[in-house]
Order: sequence, then C-alpha cells, then structure tokens
Amino acid sequence: MSAEIRLMRTPAEQALSAALEQVPSAPGRLNELRRSAARSFNEQGLPHRRVEEWKYTDLRTLMREAVPVAGPAGVAEAEAAARLLAGALVRRIVVANGAVVPELSDFSELEEGLSLLPLAAAVAAGDERLSRLGGLVPARYDAALALNTALAGDGVLVHVAPGATLARPIHIAHVAVGQGPAASYARSLVVVGEGARATVVETFESVTGQADQVNSATEFYVGDHAHLDVVRIQALGPAAVSLTTLLFEVGREAQLHDFAFTSGAAVARTSLYANLVGEASQVAFNGAVLLKGRQHADSTLFVDHQVPGCESRELFKHVLDDSSRGVFQGKIVVRQAAQKTDGRMMSRALVLGDDAEMDNKPELEIFADDVQCGHGATCGAIDDDLLFYLQARGVPLKEAQSLLVQAFVGEAIETVEHDGLRDALIEQAEAWLKARG
Amino acid sequence: MAMLDIDNLHAKIEGEDGKEILKGLSLKVNPGEVHAIMGPNGSGKSTLSYILAGKEDYEVTDGAVTLDGEDLLAMEIDERAAKGVFLAFQYPIEVPGVATMTFLRAALNAQRRTRGEEEVSTPDFLRLVREKAGALGISQDMLKRGVNVGFSGGEKKRMEILQMAILEPKLCILDETDSGLDIDALKIVSEGVNALRSPDRGMIVITHYQRLLNHIVPDFVHVMNKGRIVRSGGKDLALELEANGYAEYQQDAA
Repeated sequence: MSAEIRLMRTPAEQALSAALEQVPSAPGRLNELRRSAARSFNEQGLPHRRVEEWKYTDLRTLMREAVPVAGPAGVAEAEAAARLLAGALVRRIVVANGAVVPELSDFSELEEGLSLLPLAAAVAAGDERLSRLGGLVPARYDAALALNTALAGDGVLVHVAPGATLARPIHIAHVAVGQGPAASYARSLVVVGEGARATVVETFESVTGQADQVNSATEFYVGDHAHLDVVRIQALGPAAVSLTTLLFEVGREAQLHDFAFTSGAAVARTSLYANLVGEASQVAFNGAVLLKGRQHADSTLFVDHQVPGCESRELFKHVLDDSSRGVFQGKIVVRQAAQKTDGRMMSRALVLGDDAEMDNKPELEIFADDVQCGHGATCGAIDDDLLFYLQARGVPLKEAQSLLVQAFVGEAIETVEHDGLRDALIEQAEAWLKARG
Repeated sequence: MAMLDIDNLHAKIEGEDGKEILKGLSLKVNPGEVHAIMGPNGSGKSTLSYILAGKEDYEVTDGAVTLDGEDLLAMEIDERAAKGVFLAFQYPIEVPGVATMTFLRAALNAQRRTRGEEEVSTPDFLRLVREKAGALGISQDMLKRGVNVGFSGGEKKRMEILQMAILEPKLCILDETDSGLDIDALKIVSEGVNALRSPDRGMIVITHYQRLLNHIVPDFVHVMNKGRIVRSGGKDLALELEANGYAEYQQDAA
C-alpha cells in the first residue's frame, strides 16, 4: 500500500497543495468533484518511479520545482503566442494560461447543432451538459488529472448535436505566456452526439524557454454512429513540463481517430484512457514524437474493450536525436464480454542520437476467449543501405536523413484524414528536421 | 587524359581482418566509350562499382582514381553523383514512404545545387519525367508509389535507367543490370541504355553473361579475376568467353 509509506513532500508538492487550498468553491457537484480531487492529491502526491504507470516518468523528480499558478494573459501576448494553424482552416478558440481569451476566439456563426462556449461560462450559467464533466475519470488515482480536476477553472465546452456535421475543425489553441515560469490548467469537454461528425484540434505552445507547467485534460464522449477526429500538436518551449490527459468514451458503431504530434517540452506525459462501451466501433490512437537534446516524452495509453466486436489500433513513431528519451506504454484490456475484439498496437522508433533511449511497454489483459490482439515494437538507426542509395543519386547526407525520417513519421501522419491538418503536421515534421540542420 | 582513370587500385573490406578484394586494378574510360567488365562470381566486379560510387564498407589501400583529373576517392558520395558518376544498382533498394517523384526531384535538384546550377522548375521537371518515363514504359502510378516499393525485378531495373536518363550522368556504371530480367525487360532496359550512349558519356557495363552485350554492344571487353583485369579486348572477347567460360583465367590466376 503505497499510500502508507509517506514520502517526504517535495517543494513542488507543497506548493501544489498550497494552490489547492486557494481553489474557490464551485456550484453544485463540481465543487465536490474538485474537493475530492484535491484530497486525493494531498494524500498521494506526485507519482514516482515505483508507481508502475509512471515508472519511466518520475514526476516527483522531474517536477521538483514549484511554480506559481499563472495569472491572466494579455491579449496581445496570447495572440503572438498562438501561431499554429493560424488562418481560415479552423475555428479557433484561444486558451491562454488556462483561460479562454474571447477577443481571440471565434464563437460567431456557429454551425447548426454546434454549441461552443468557455467552460467557465458554462459553469457560471449552470449548464446541464456539465453533468458529464468528470464522468470519465478513472477509478485509479492519476496525479496529473487530479490536479487538473481541482485547479482548472476554464477550458472549452464543445457540444455537437446528434446528426450535425461540422464544416470546420474546432481548434483549442493552448498558449502559456507571461513573465516567469507558471503553471496553468485547462479542462475541456467534448460531446459528439449520435451520428454527428466533428474534428477537434488541440495545440500547445509557449513563447519563451521558461519552465512552464502546462496541464490540460479533455473528456470526449463519442456517441453511437458518430465520427470524431482528434489531432493534438504539442510544441511547447524546450523547458516546459507538459501534462496531458485524454479521456474517451466511445459508443456503438462509432469511429474515433486520434493523432498526437509531440515535439515540445522538456518533459511531456500524455495519459490516454479510452473506454469502448458500444459494440462494433473502430478507434485508432496514433502519434509521431520527434525529440532532441534531453527531451523526454511519455505516451501512455489504456484502451478498455468492454463490449464485443470493437477494433482498436495504435501506431506510434518516435524519432530520437541526441540523448532524448521516448516512452510508449500501451495497455489493451479485453473484458470477458468483449468477444471478437481486434486490438493491435505498434511502436516504432528511429534512433538518431548515440545516447537516445526508447522504452516500450506493451500490455495485454485479455479475459475473453475469441479475440485477436497483438503488439510489436521496433527500434533502430537509419538503414545505411537506404542512405547510400539516396546519396549515390546526389542527395547530401543530411537531406537524405531528412527524407528518410519524413518517410518514417509520414506513415503515422498519413492516418490523419483532414487534408489541411495532415499538411500542417507534415510541415511541423519538416520544420523539426530543418531545425536539426 | 582519360575521363575515368583507375590506376593500380587496391582495396579491402573495411576492418582489421578485411579481405583484400581489388589487387591492382587499372582501367581507363574515355568519353563515348562503353567498357564491359566480365568475370566469375567473387572476382570483385561489384566491389569496383561500389568503390567508384563511394560506399563506405571498403578501404582503398593503394592506387588512385581520377575523374576528369580530380581525385574521385576524396569526394563525398553525393559529390561524386553531382560530378556525374551514376551507379545502376544490381539490387535497387526499396525506399518506403519516399514517393518516386519526390526522390527524383530531390536527387536532380541536389546535384544541380552542388554544381551551382539553378533548381529545375516544377513544370520542366514534370515534363522531363513524363517524357523519359514514357519511353521506358513506366506508368504514372509507379511514379506515385514509394521508390521501388512493390516493383518487380524488371520494374526496378527500368526505374534505375529512368533515374540515369533524368540525371544525365557523365559516367554510367551498370552493375549486372541484366540479372533478373526476362527477354522483353532486357530489351527495354538495353534500349534505354543505348539511348543514353553519347560522345560525352562513358559507360562501364558489368555482367556475367554475354547476352546483355548483344543488346548493348561494347567498345571494349575486360575480363576480371581475383581483383584485377586479366585480359582486355574488343567485343569478340565476350563471345569467346561465352563459348569457353572463365576456367582458363581462374587457373591462370591461381
């Protein structure tokens, strides 16, 4: 029982507990949700390497420094920081330091069936749809999520009515701005009604190289026969700590395609929980992770097949330069009722740096007897024969490496359906390679 | 001055116990000439082609190679290509995820940049590829796919010739281009090569069999054995080899 062995509380833990004391009371059940999350954190604190799910990402050590909770962001500052996907491609909502910036957000001319509003506004108005907030929080304690539940005051509520189709992707642009490192928390709720179709993008950026702690959690309810595409781009500054939690519930015969592009932050952890509760759905969780220097990125996925006949796919591509470290942990649970489950995960890493490291931990927990499940992992350098072939045609070494790295991550990026977003992701990968020189 | 001048080349496989493969090979190739190099398995033919292209698995221990008077062995792999060296691979490699068009364009433009020339414009490039691909029976679908991915042996060889036609090298080295080709494919590939014969261009055609040389008629034929050229002659030498085999040379050298 780890809770009984109380570790010395770190300065970061003490500061976080102090911040939790300051949480204003919220109306209704939200208040109890926040209090309960704060209590859990005070009891269990930050995870360390002896907590299995956090074995490779010892937050207690990696987040030693306490940083104050970020104050409100200036509009001009936030505008300058929100650079990704600018333009007409998406409907953008800017969330700066954890709060929606109305001046930079497009709430006008909403498509039929779309409700879109700041989460804080929904809370203030007593919006009934918030009854689903916190509904997907897993039973097992998750420190990043508990902090988010307790401390996030704003974010975005997206509600797509049954049968509606959104013309443009909804873009939640998180930015961390301001003087000195600070912590920010944003919570969003996305509900896609029966048969509806939507694309949601979340991006994370910060302007400076300061050690911001950016904590975001988003709950997604995907209705029966609904089709949801989700894309994340995490491009925070090189000293930031990024903690992201994704919670999904997927109904019957639904389609969910989630893609994560990660190239930012000193330490990044994404925890993804997906509950498949409706039969015959198809879900995919894919990612491209490009790291350099001493960056550390951990993608931990829990996919829970609770009902028969669902298909889940995971494909993660890591490109690891210098002494960076990638972590992929994938757990697929197949409950006894979930016959005819088809679940597969694959992690491939391309190691460019001499001191880079990749840790893979696939787990299958299968209680049904008629299922197909598989996992695989590969890890290696760029093939010398491929390099020679390109060089022998006149392509210089660095450019040849870039072409091959692009081809490698391209396999994952190609799974993104939206043309404009896919192109933007390819550009991100190209920019990363260009910066590598 | 010969365009390519290989003088007393000695080379071994990289590493301390690396076996010596080339043992004093000399060869001069002038613009406009086609030289065939024939010889038994293990005589060092492919090694020679790799060393000229710049593969790093070999170590030159003695001798020199110049291209138009410049030290070829001192150049990077891509620099050699930009100077006009082209190796048509015996086993062209599949490059998944890199579209053939992207690859061709990257190669052509990289070479042009290295030579201080302007990059080719998109319409000019598309026109060039369409024209050359058509002559080799390479479809638009093949050009859209990853380089060589899922191609048959014959298709891969045709793709090598297409690259050669687009890059317009000064020195073409064809390493067993006939291996794995049926008669029809051999004809297409040979026609592609013959179309590239020019007074400015030299070629080294490496082959086991005389068959290819019926289609690509050489000016000179060299017999290679145990790391050096043991006999040189005109095109009739190939016929003699076809009739008598390599046994006599293998004994001589032993």
